[in-house]
Amino acid sequence: MSQSVQSEIRAFIVENFLFGDDSQPLDPDMSLIDNDLVDSTGILELVSFLEQRFGIAVADAEIVPANLDTIGRIAAYVGHKRADGTRLAG
Amino acid sequence: MCGIVGYVGTEVRAAGAAALLRRMCGALAHRGPDGEGVHVGVGMGFGHRRLSVIDLSAGAAQPMASADGALCITYNGEIFNHVELRDMLEARGRRFRSTSDTEVVLQLYEEFGTDFVTHLNGDFALAIWDERRRCLVLARDRMGVRPLFHAWRGNTFYFASEMKALLQVPGIDAEIDPLALDQIFTLWAPVSPRTIIRGVSELPPAHIMMIENGEARSRRYWSLDFPDADERADGRSEAAIAEEVLALLEDATRIRLRADVEVGSFLSGGLDSSAVSALAARLAPGRLRTFAVAFDDPEFDESDWQAAMAAALGTEHHTIRCGADGIAAVFPDVVRHAEQPILRTAPAPLYRLAGLVRETGLKVVLTGEGADEIFAGYDLFKEARIRRFCARQPSSAIRPHLFRRIYPYLPGLQQQTPQYLAAFFGVGTDDPADPLFSHRPRMQTTAGAKLFYSDDLRAALRGYDAAEEFAACLPSAFTRWHPQHQAQYLETSHLLPGYILSSQGDRVAMAHCVETRFPFLDHRLIECAARIAPGLKLRGLREKHILREAVEGLLPGEIRGRPKQPYRAPDSAAFRDQAAAYVDDLLSPASVGAAGLFNPVAAARLLAKSRRAPLAGFRDNAAFAGILSTQLWVREFAAGATRMRAQPAA
Repeated sequence: MSQSVQSEIRAFIVENFLFGDDSQPLDPDMSLIDNDLVDSTGILELVSFLEQRFGIAVADAEIVPANLDTIGRIAAYVGHKRADGTRLAG
Repeated sequence: MCGIVGYVGTEVRAAGAAALLRRMCGALAHRGPDGEGVHVGVGMGFGHRRLSVIDLSAGAAQPMASADGALCITYNGEIFNHVELRDMLEARGRRFRSTSDTEVVLQLYEEFGTDFVTHLNGDFALAIWDERRRCLVLARDRMGVRPLFHAWRGNTFYFASEMKALLQVPGIDAEIDPLALDQIFTLWAPVSPRTIIRGVSELPPAHIMMIENGEARSRRYWSLDFPDADERADGRSEAAIAEEVLALLEDATRIRLRADVEVGSFLSGGLDSSAVSALAARLAPGRLRTFAVAFDDPEFDESDWQAAMAAALGTEHHTIRCGADGIAAVFPDVVRHAEQPILRTAPAPLYRLAGLVRETGLKVVLTGEGADEIFAGYDLFKEARIRRFCARQPSSAIRPHLFRRIYPYLPGLQQQTPQYLAAFFGVGTDDPADPLFSHRPRMQTTAGAKLFYSDDLRAALRGYDAAEEFAACLPSAFTRWHPQHQAQYLETSHLLPGYILSSQGDRVAMAHCVETRFPFLDHRLIECAARIAPGLKLRGLREKHILREAVEGLLPGEIRGRPKQPYRAPDSAAFRDQAAAYVDDLLSPASVGAAGLFNPVAAARLLAKSRRAPLAGFRDNAAFAGILSTQLWVREFAAGATRMRAQPAA
């Protein structure tokens, strides 16, 4: 499941933040902030996508780079939320 | 206000010289509808388009020769202290044939040689031909209010107020400079003297240039300078400093009301233009006319403040309402006049405002521009202060909340957690000695738009760093200044002339032959403000503190105490209706691919995203305006002939 979640998140980022340009390297551990892929609005777009696509509720305190700044972290975060009850950063 | 052109060299044949000068002048007709003149000498030629403001008679026509014919001048601008200079020159035995400030400049040069420029208090770009020395002298005002461009072709040197006049010269073509484009997509404007056209340079502000024996050399004649950070502060009381600020602002406004035509004033409803308008209303001979932009979108609108201030001053107030369609409809004209890609649409409403001024019959307006630079009014200065504060305790979860306080008008930021605020504004905080420390977040956010570069453009820029080039241009004293003064210098020396005074200033105003005058940019006031301690300008997070103190009694309390509202306009949201139909064609994969500067697929998806809903983030909006304006620039000036050629950065 984790692999497909990661793929979906990656596809969302390519479509919405890279505007379809798939030629850029986009490793699971690449910081979205340091590489200018998301700004303050982008984070809110990302949260909205995660809630709608994966049926999770993202608490304000969970909107932190420790959960959302790389594709790998986002996928792990979504996995924890779906597993329910796991303590998250924030 | 006027437009000037000219050349020196042997490439232009005498028989065709006047026709060439007239073609060059013709490209600047908007800058001077009241007359045209050309002068052709041996190996030189000058042209001039005139907007009559001081001495409306034919005696002040240009190009103007000295009494003995040894000098000739073509001049764009106003010298606000021309009355005092005339008195000084007459006391030295000189006699004048006209009442124009042009003749004052000419005689000042005769008296002092190239040092004449240090006597001028004004906004100008000028050329003097000295027949005895066979030397061409170009000079530009201290802050870069008036533009002046030049280019070599063969052994001939050409100059003009706008680049479009240079493009009338056979062999000078609008080939885009990829480095300049990258500078715009990093710093919002090219780093002077570079321009967006390869081979065309500008004379930087506060510079004088001599072209003699086929060689050009230039020197800076004035510098914005700050005291060393460890220098003892001005020991005077705050009240005494505020008194000096008001006296200088009042005198700067007084001499900027000098004209043989009526002078009006922009009135945005903020502190700066309100202060200038209040002084002008007091000093102007008749009832002052004020002008403002009102936006349909309440997020950008300040019309309530404008109306309150106009009522308090008793001015005859004129407003132009600006909806989304009002921006899209004029954006191509704005780019044609700005002559360079722009990352914001903010010049468009000001273009329309200048049109309103002209419709009411005025040629000259005062503005409050410049106060935010010299008195630390921009949010960026507060942001830099908070970033340093946060960097001292990186683990603090409370300190990043301060970022919300300075951006109450950005809903996306208001919703962020402290961790994300710290991450967004944390860029560069690990290097507090970085000369560009204050501007790193803005540069990083802006540079996000480079995502849309084409592969060819990326290849041409490989190894190039626009910020590095910018940092290399800073004066040696820079490192000794207080960090806030460093930030003020970056803003005042680069963005002010490169964008605020050009794309949002001279270019959009002169498109309607309206002359803008800037009391806050009087060099006496700038020098005074530079000496004032940083904490008196930005006290805590209260911007322009000393200026607010200075104008106590001049403005109503609610205007004087009002927090700054940055001037902004709708960006991509302005291009969603019928008036923006041209955007579909310009951002189509075919058009974007033909220009070769951006990725056609990415640009098409950006357009599609903007059509689904207005783009919300800064990066996406900057990319939208940047790509659209670049495409407009290519269509206007390069006619599709500038397909990106991958050349290494140099």
